[in-house]
Amino acid sequence: MELWRRAANPWGQEVLIGISWDLMWAAVFAGLAFTLAHAVWAKWLAPAASTDASGGSSVAGLPAQILRHALSERVFHWVMSAAMLVLLVTAFAPVMGIQFPWVTIHWIAGLVLTATIAYHIVHATFWQDFWAMWVNGADIKAGVAELSHMLGRNGTEVPKAAKYPIDHKMFHHGAAVSGLVAIVTGIFMMLRIDTWLGAANPYLLNISDSSWGVVYVVHGISGVALFGLIITHIYFAIRPDKWWITKSMIYGFIGRDKYEENFDPARWVIPGAEPQQEELVPAGVGSPVGGVDDAAASAGGGDPAAGGGDGPAGGGDATPVVEDAPAGGDDEESGESSSGERTSEAGGLD
Amino acid sequence: MAVIRDMIPAFELFQPTSADDAIELLIRYGEDGWVLGGGMDSFDWWKERIKRPTAVVDLVNVDELHGIRTTADGIEIGAMTTLTEVATHPELLANYSVLTDAASQIATPQIRNRGTIAGNLIQDTRCWYYRGGWPCYRAGGNTCYASAPTAMNREHAILGTSRCVAVSPSDSAPALIALDAQFVIKGSRGERVVDAEDFFMRPSVDIERMTILKPGELLTTIRIPSTWAGATFYYEKIEDRKAWDFALMTVASAMRINGGVIEDLRMAVNGAAPFPIRLEDSERVLRGQTPSEEIGLRAGEVAIRDAQPLRHNDFKLPLMRNLIRRAVRGAGV
Repeated sequence: MELWRRAANPWGQEVLIGISWDLMWAAVFAGLAFTLAHAVWAKWLAPAASTDASGGSSVAGLPAQILRHALSERVFHWVMSAAMLVLLVTAFAPVMGIQFPWVTIHWIAGLVLTATIAYHIVHATFWQDFWAMWVNGADIKAGVAELSHMLGRNGTEVPKAAKYPIDHKMFHHGAAVSGLVAIVTGIFMMLRIDTWLGAANPYLLNISDSSWGVVYVVHGISGVALFGLIITHIYFAIRPDKWWITKSMIYGFIGRDKYEENFDPARWVIPGAEPQQEELVPAGVGSPVGGVDDAAASAGGGDPAAGGGDGPAGGGDATPVVEDAPAGGDDEESGESSSGERTSEAGGLD
Repeated sequence: MAVIRDMIPAFELFQPTSADDAIELLIRYGEDGWVLGGGMDSFDWWKERIKRPTAVVDLVNVDELHGIRTTADGIEIGAMTTLTEVATHPELLANYSVLTDAASQIATPQIRNRGTIAGNLIQDTRCWYYRGGWPCYRAGGNTCYASAPTAMNREHAILGTSRCVAVSPSDSAPALIALDAQFVIKGSRGERVVDAEDFFMRPSVDIERMTILKPGELLTTIRIPSTWAGATFYYEKIEDRKAWDFALMTVASAMRINGGVIEDLRMAVNGAAPFPIRLEDSERVLRGQTPSEEIGLRAGEVAIRDAQPLRHNDFKLPLMRNLIRRAVRGAGV
């Protein structure tokens, strides 16, 4: 398998001109092999779900539907996804033998992607918690525990996740790096084609042939990396056991049961809902989160500082939002939890 | 920079006697196979080491690909028929003179004696950056040297470009488009028949190929329907010198004129784009009109309205416009 394509430039120098298309097939193979292996593992080999020893917390005042992705985030995600899919199809389908006039569609989709990413960077930096997607020590511990559990060490207990589990964060960072590299190199490459923005002028920046070759190679590598990443992303998005996360990217919400099952209330704090330690509840009383009414009943008497500090809603006044009709909320997250994780929108209505 | 050497690098030579055998060989060697017709375009590539096939399939002994046959619906020309045979064939001279006019102006008598009609259609572009072995888009590279502001691009395209601005050099192509010819292609998936104007690849679709032929496929026959037999034809080739040169631009038209009115027509040019262009917009302007200088000029203006000249080829705009006007004038103005 070759990695690069080379050619002699007009001065007889051997220069890079792009990646070998073998790499595209390698990315396809790797992506499909991973998804197949994961599907087999999930169907027949996966150990039973672990119990979180530290996850004895429960939450009072949780609404039935919890906003996970605000409308602006969902619009961003789907516009970016459409642009990304168009870019991948226009980049690789012609190489695979499906031929059509792809260049104009490709650079227009590239500009759409650039605009969405620019919006996301600004939005995430100034209106959201920039660090919410950052990998911290707790994520690494959770990731190691998850991996140990997946490898069959049944004694391993997997901590519940923050709003964004470590695998989501790792995918985000992989896609972000690959996407940004593809965008920057792609903008350079637009100098070499006629666009609505101007005529081709390959000599505008006075870049040598060998440097141009590096630009094309880096663009190609980021492209095939995105190809592999998107294959796995789509696979997880359509898996039945992950469908509730995918639906949250469509409708915005996850159910209360999914929240309690998968997320650590101390690391993803829902405003108006108060984390409680189970051991604080007298034996025999049962869970205080049996329903909205129960939650409401217990919310007033719960300990709002169970997570180690004041919750964003203040102590003890967490009135649950009316079931099935979450109110208020926009796309901006609010408040810091005691553990440093951002709180999320609760009961947002988009 | 390419250097012409004395010896052609070695390759495996096959001389099949049937089209099926030839196709089987081409399928076996795929991208590494090369079809040898008259050899007028092949030897340059090989001697300059820019194209290095491992197997050459010489079609000289495939009898079924030679010759011109009259059919119930027109005429069929075998792919290996020489340009001289085309230019001098009585039936073609009598009823399809736009093609004989085109064939008789291709290159030199020696080349026409050896070169084939299919070779003239399939031949690669003459862009010297590409021919020189530079790693341009068409050669699988990542730039177009000919479209740069400092490039020498007098002979290059003004229409239909997409990264590559090289032009198709075929003189016979516009004549065959004007005659509404169809090309028969055989390959591993059997036979397919395409219209002449669809035979040529747009660089926006595949920048590395001049035609839709894929590895393992063979152009076997050109079918000219009788639809335009005996029509009013016009063919003109503009070159830098009066003979033995590649065209700057060619125009070919076939018109049905009744009562002084253009009932129907087909018109095509080459040398304006990376592929021969059928001028459908100009045809719409002319259809139903009485041929005149004014309507010819309007048809020419319509044809060049999307043109984007390069630094050194803006002369092609008035050239193309006036060739179309002259084609209308040739119809009897």
